[in-house]
Amino acid sequence: MPVTRTTAIAVAVGALLPLAACSSGGDAISPQSAGIGSRGPITYVQGKDNSNVVRPLVAKWNKAHPKEKVTFKEQSDNADQQHDDLVQHFQAKDAGYDVVGVDVIWTAEFAAKGWLQPLKGATKVDTTGLLPATVKTGTYNNTLYAAPQASDAGLLYYRKDLVKSPPTTWDELQADCKIAAAHHIGCYSGQYAKYEGLTVNVAEAISTAGGSIVGKDGSTPTVDSAAAKKGLTRLVDAYQGGEIPKQAITFQEEQGRTAFEDGQLLFMRNWPYVYGLAKTDGTSKVKSTFDIAPLPGDGNGPGASALGGHNAAISSYSKHKATARDFVQFLLSNETQKFYAEQGSLAPVRASLYDDPTLVKKLPYLPVLLTSIQNAVPRPVTPYYPAVTKAVEDNAYAAMKGEMSVDAALKAMSASIKSAASS
Amino acid sequence: MTTAVDTAPAPAAPSPAPAGGGRPRRRLLRGEGSGAPLLVLPTVVLLGIVIVYPVVRGVWMSFQKDPGLDKATGMFVQGGTAGFSNYTHWLLQQCAVASGGTTPCPSGNLGAEFWVAVGVTVFFTVASVSIELVLGMWFAMIMHRSFKGRGLLRASVLVPWAIPTAVTAKLWFFIFDYRGVANRLLGTHLLWMGDAWPARFAVVIADVWKTTPFIALLLLAGLQVIPDEVYEAAKMDGASAWQRFTRITLPLVRPALVVAVLFRTLDVLRIFDLPWILTGGGGGSGHATTTLSILVVQQIRQGFSSAAALSTITFLLIFAVAFVFVKFLGANVAGTPEEGR
Repeated sequence: MPVTRTTAIAVAVGALLPLAACSSGGDAISPQSAGIGSRGPITYVQGKDNSNVVRPLVAKWNKAHPKEKVTFKEQSDNADQQHDDLVQHFQAKDAGYDVVGVDVIWTAEFAAKGWLQPLKGATKVDTTGLLPATVKTGTYNNTLYAAPQASDAGLLYYRKDLVKSPPTTWDELQADCKIAAAHHIGCYSGQYAKYEGLTVNVAEAISTAGGSIVGKDGSTPTVDSAAAKKGLTRLVDAYQGGEIPKQAITFQEEQGRTAFEDGQLLFMRNWPYVYGLAKTDGTSKVKSTFDIAPLPGDGNGPGASALGGHNAAISSYSKHKATARDFVQFLLSNETQKFYAEQGSLAPVRASLYDDPTLVKKLPYLPVLLTSIQNAVPRPVTPYYPAVTKAVEDNAYAAMKGEMSVDAALKAMSASIKSAASS
Repeated sequence: MTTAVDTAPAPAAPSPAPAGGGRPRRRLLRGEGSGAPLLVLPTVVLLGIVIVYPVVRGVWMSFQKDPGLDKATGMFVQGGTAGFSNYTHWLLQQCAVASGGTTPCPSGNLGAEFWVAVGVTVFFTVASVSIELVLGMWFAMIMHRSFKGRGLLRASVLVPWAIPTAVTAKLWFFIFDYRGVANRLLGTHLLWMGDAWPARFAVVIADVWKTTPFIALLLLAGLQVIPDEVYEAAKMDGASAWQRFTRITLPLVRPALVVAVLFRTLDVLRIFDLPWILTGGGGGSGHATTTLSILVVQQIRQGFSSAAALSTITFLLIFAVAFVFVKFLGANVAGTPEEGR
């Protein structure tokens, strides 16, 4: 059989060759100059449209632009799956993904890979009137790569039946903890389980104290500083001192919300979505006894929240970039932003909408949220985001649990970010 | 690219031997069988595409550097050849530094977690499989007896196995919540997802709950081929129940037992979904339940090449375990009739 076996192998190898050839991509030829002025049908890709806002918008657009129709491709509701789906299509240089919804923390990674069309020159998007912090989340290397289309920021939920006025600084919050102790409830909690929420909370603590995690270039660690130490120490001391209850180390958003609605917490840092639930949930014991405030600060204004939300970007591989650019602009428009807020309770990226009476009636937290977003500092905009968030999560978690000193944790964060950026 | 192709053929070589099967062989006539390679070809090509190519490509990738950032443009550029540096990154926990050379990986870098993950994975394997084996044997003995409602029992034992792992994990997630059933029933205030050993045991408990039925069924099949006469004869000779178990049941059920243990061991060595959903790989200082597979998935987000090296290491590890089982413990996975003893 030797002859036939060799033949079979040869054929098998032959079948594999083209596969091998087409996967050896990664060349340097820029696709970003192609299709810039061209118009035609495009596809908009984003995660699951839970509150059904995208389809009506797309229908509206298609009615006005019959020759440049937008098709909506809906991804799953899981952020990691959305990320991986985008990565796969970008790697395949798929021209079928024209406009993509990207989480604020992916923007730098995708931009540095060359997958996103810079929003300048012919594809420039007008960002006047947008909240500056939200624009920062889409800016990498001084270039805008993604336009903010929905924002989100942290709020301080507090029990107005127990404290007269909300604390405006971290020290005031600490002082109020004796009230919590007198009522035998936990004083404060955010999200401290080891996941992305911990990075958000640590970033907020560090930014509020005036520190930062990564420098402007997106790869130099700046976290080993006195200001960052002050911020992280606050969380660590509060956890070890019991002001943050012991079980909070397992809290994500929902566990915190349940505890707060159950009357177990005096203060809680959480997202605006909790507001409506805590007001209406059948099991909520705090319906009429809680209120919201900006996060406590450092003595000079409110605390620095991290930002959630999504940006809209144009794929480098899109063949109809002029249409794509117009569609992105359409997503940022006053009308769309208002519709997002009314229909989907998404926080607008335009400051002017936050005092719109109809919106404030529907979403009473908007004025406070505006303060929060105006003082927000985005999570690090870095192409190494997965490594950076891992470095922050791991070491902050160990520090909170007392397995590592704050100094050691910050040093390890810094070293870890450095090693990610030099691998 | 050429390396990938050069090494490709070895595993792809079609093995014509099993074609004869167990039937007595007849000499082929002239010309008969000459079309065989052609007929086998589609299978070979298919296997080549779905198995050989990804494996070879993965190994090839593991010797490439992950893209690095060009400081001037802020853009990623191809990394080039890495030699064994991706492997030393994991095995020796060495991280690159900007000035060249390496340094021990700092905490918060995935490289620092490799040996912890190996330990965790091995612990899960040993703990889960041994508990499952004891419970599974017990279940199988019960199901083997004839009594009223045996069919119902056999069906209900299968329920945990039939539930998708993701659902199982979510169920146990709620049970092990700080304010969940487990703490209520036990009267404890354990942070099941937060502390190292509770988190590990939470995973083991959930895994045992889910997969004991699998072992029980495999063992039940093994028990059913033991003829009743053997037991009757032993009884006549005055053997006690314990003696019948250790001298008859265990030796005769051994082939099924070894296969069950092999399957489960390989399964747990690459366990991902259960700890991922239950604890997110966390607990303790943050990675008390991070298994090798979880580490691979975390690394994928940070760089494919390094992840490729890690999955190659994981593959070799699991392959070695399987090899030991088949070679030394006589696991007869293929089900060929000749018995090793």
